[in-house]
Amino acid sequence: MSIPNDIEITPELVAEHGLKPDEYERILELIGRTPTLTELGIFSAMWNEHCSYKSSKKWLRTLPTTGDRVILGPGENAGVIDIGDGQAAIFKMESHNHPSFIEPYQGAATGVGGILRDVFTMGARPIAAMNALRFGSPDHPKTRHLVSGVVAGVGGYGNSFGVPTVGGEVNFHPRYNGNILVNAFALGLADADKIFLSEAKGVGLPVVYLGAKTGRDGIHGASMASQEFADDSEEKRPTVQVGDPFTEKCLLEACLELMASGAVIAIQDMGAAGLTCSAVEMGAKGSLGIDLDLDKVPCREERMSAYEMMLSESQERMLMVLKPELENEAQAIFTKWGLDFAIVGKTTDTLRFRIFHEGEQVADLPIKDLGDEAPEYDRPWVAPTLRPALGHQDVPPPNDVADALLTLIGSPDLCSRRWVWEQYDHLIQSNTAQIPGGDAAVLRVEGAPHKGLAVCADVTPRYVEADPFEGGKQAVAEVWRNLTCVGAEPIAITDNLNFGNPERPEIMGTLVRAIEGIGEACRILEFPVVSGNVSLYNETNGEAILPTPAIAGVGLLPDLSKMTTMKFKQDGDAILLIGAEAPAGHLGQSLYLREVLGREDGPPPHVALENERKVGDFVRGLIVDDQLSAVHDVSDGGLAICLAEMAMASGTGASVSLAFADIPEHASLFGEDQGFYVMVCADSISDQIIAKAHNSALFATRLGITGGSDLTIEGSAAISVADMQERHQHWLPTYMAGELAI
Amino acid sequence: MKSAVVLFPGINRQRDMMMALEAGTGIVPLSIWHTETELPDVDLIVIPGGFSYGDYLRCGAIAGRSPVMAEIIRAAKRGVKVLGVCNGFQILVETELLPGALMRNAHLKFVCREVRLRIENNTTFFTSSLNKGDVVSCPVAHGDGNYFASDDKLKQLEDEGRVVFRYVEGTNPNGAVNDIAGVVNRQGNVIGLMPHPENMIEAMHGRTDCWPLFEGLAAA
Repeated sequence: MSIPNDIEITPELVAEHGLKPDEYERILELIGRTPTLTELGIFSAMWNEHCSYKSSKKWLRTLPTTGDRVILGPGENAGVIDIGDGQAAIFKMESHNHPSFIEPYQGAATGVGGILRDVFTMGARPIAAMNALRFGSPDHPKTRHLVSGVVAGVGGYGNSFGVPTVGGEVNFHPRYNGNILVNAFALGLADADKIFLSEAKGVGLPVVYLGAKTGRDGIHGASMASQEFADDSEEKRPTVQVGDPFTEKCLLEACLELMASGAVIAIQDMGAAGLTCSAVEMGAKGSLGIDLDLDKVPCREERMSAYEMMLSESQERMLMVLKPELENEAQAIFTKWGLDFAIVGKTTDTLRFRIFHEGEQVADLPIKDLGDEAPEYDRPWVAPTLRPALGHQDVPPPNDVADALLTLIGSPDLCSRRWVWEQYDHLIQSNTAQIPGGDAAVLRVEGAPHKGLAVCADVTPRYVEADPFEGGKQAVAEVWRNLTCVGAEPIAITDNLNFGNPERPEIMGTLVRAIEGIGEACRILEFPVVSGNVSLYNETNGEAILPTPAIAGVGLLPDLSKMTTMKFKQDGDAILLIGAEAPAGHLGQSLYLREVLGREDGPPPHVALENERKVGDFVRGLIVDDQLSAVHDVSDGGLAICLAEMAMASGTGASVSLAFADIPEHASLFGEDQGFYVMVCADSISDQIIAKAHNSALFATRLGITGGSDLTIEGSAAISVADMQERHQHWLPTYMAGELAI
Repeated sequence: MKSAVVLFPGINRQRDMMMALEAGTGIVPLSIWHTETELPDVDLIVIPGGFSYGDYLRCGAIAGRSPVMAEIIRAAKRGVKVLGVCNGFQILVETELLPGALMRNAHLKFVCREVRLRIENNTTFFTSSLNKGDVVSCPVAHGDGNYFASDDKLKQLEDEGRVVFRYVEGTNPNGAVNDIAGVVNRQGNVIGLMPHPENMIEAMHGRTDCWPLFEGLAAA
């Protein structure tokens, strides 16, 4: 049954739409009368946190968004960077957290679908996808079900659509028990002079609806994403959309053909708040009004009301402004691909957003105010409480180094993710030069195959929790470092800020400080933010997630043949450690502390950004000069884990000495000092490289040599690489098969 | 050798296949849109991987019954060479140009990984530049590659040497009976296989093991 448009707007109805009383007052002021139900729905869709960024906007403005290679920063569907040869890389990351918790397969699948549309709506063919996933404690009764559903959903959509899913993150922590995170990233490739935007131009031009039909799915999805969860979250299942990757693949091909035909003036995908957001965006950006006739909207369900059509989040749909003289050609393309093509409205010079349904006008709103006049809050915040320092003497050494190392590489957060990425087609398109499992994935660039693009995603939420500023810096630095490891020049990032309820000052304080940290790192590393997404209210029953500002970065390899991996290439090569200063063996917030000693305390390691840059540029310089045969950065788990990962990737061992002056052995092995890389080179040039590093005022030392079947740490342990591999590969598949006692 | 690639909506490895065919044969392959009912004059028709029509019914079932396939069946009967990879193999099985069925992977999950394939029959147009018994690395990427045939059909396939590719023991990724990865029809002109040799032909793919398959097409 259809919902009438002229029902009484009660305070309860306003509250159900997620609008605060003062926000409703503002609506009354703006339009000078009581809104219709459809209008209330439109305001609710435009003014929720997800669409309006009302709590975060003030702070997002402080992020650096420009740079030599930035073509378009935040504000469009995705960020655009110049990668030379007349080509552009277009990318963004976006969350689909709440839907994925409620219905993991479809939630994750439509998260992937949404981010792919963001990229191809700008004229780019998607060439890579990644996913940063965070789940609750492995022993929580829902975790296995969620992992299984989310991974299947990510794969189900991306595999069928035909984009290689090449990387991401998977972590577990009890703080995600009631609110998992699914952050989907997509990267596309386009000609730099053929980027399509959402800004409508020209009056009286047809507004065309493209793609799949509209149904009742996903109504109020964006509003759901702007609320905390309680125990009744399961009841919100109807607000989750259903994905159809087949239609999306057809939509991609049809849109790219359409763009090549010259018929597109402006185009915008229908994402959150569907028809509402896309139409308002196009009109407001172009300073034009839009009239929509809902009787023309292709529907797959009967008797849909205007309210439902305007708020549906049915997937695989686009809206565009068409050059009228090319209507027939445009329509033919969509007919060929079996997709809907319907002229549903026109641009006007009224600056009004008017909606007609069954012969009646059901909405008439000022189009610019819907976006520009959205509330913006300077929410109160308190500076986060920092953790007291943790000395080496406060952290006992392990009883047995080999046991500790095996425990770490077999732990949920460090074990192999092969079980996950083998469910993703990471090879399709034939351009995957570095598959998942390394520091960053690398894609060959079609049209300029001497080049490569590197992508990776990182954040260490336990660091952000302990010190949001340092944690924010570290997330950016880690991405920059991982891109450097494969030989890429880091170019830009997209950020996906996942936090709790911003109306709580301590959460807001975490958000503010993390953004400040991200901004600081971006400035010093010249690594601007070109797109992003904020996901707040990630709480269930008042417990917030760990603050998780996920960062995904893109780097360029001007010469793909220089690409490095973490594998040892031959026996007898020298293994070097390089950093700005000698290691300090920082154990606060380390995985050693958490996984071996069961403690999560202390401050996170400090990131010295100027040093970070010096060291990274030095390492990249050596890669470009063909001096290095393998590179891997030191991160989670410390230097011992870094070396273990290299040995496992190679299937061969190494003999190293990890004794550093003034720090105990367990701090050398498991300390998570920032800004260090392990480099492998021919033994004959190791002295020369070390001398060069010293000349650049950097710390560098020879740790040992590759070869053998064991990772031998002088004076403390010799562990067979085969045993490490077995332990590393064991946990995730066994856990997912339900065969692990936890 | 002139080749053409069939494009059903939802097919998504056509670009990979076309690059490999062009590199191997030296001639840019043509494409055949799924609504066409007249086939171009080519020596080889390739049905690439993907999810034709979304594979929302049984994999390959809808494509197998499309008008263009009726033409391809006729062409195959005339002796035109036909190669189906992944979804293409599933479609060929649906048309009964090839025997057997491709079921859901035994572990019920999509799998993308490198496997080892043994060349069991090197007398086909696709394997003639390799030796019988050669082992090559090759990736798979599918959710429904679990080959099955009835005992008598299986015996026939084995007896007639029509298993072309077999997963090396321990690398069968989907539970396929007799480790079968690819088969040929009795006339020898229709081949289907689940793995993706087109993704392992150049140094950048990590190995070039499958390059001889495409290189051999030029002479076939």
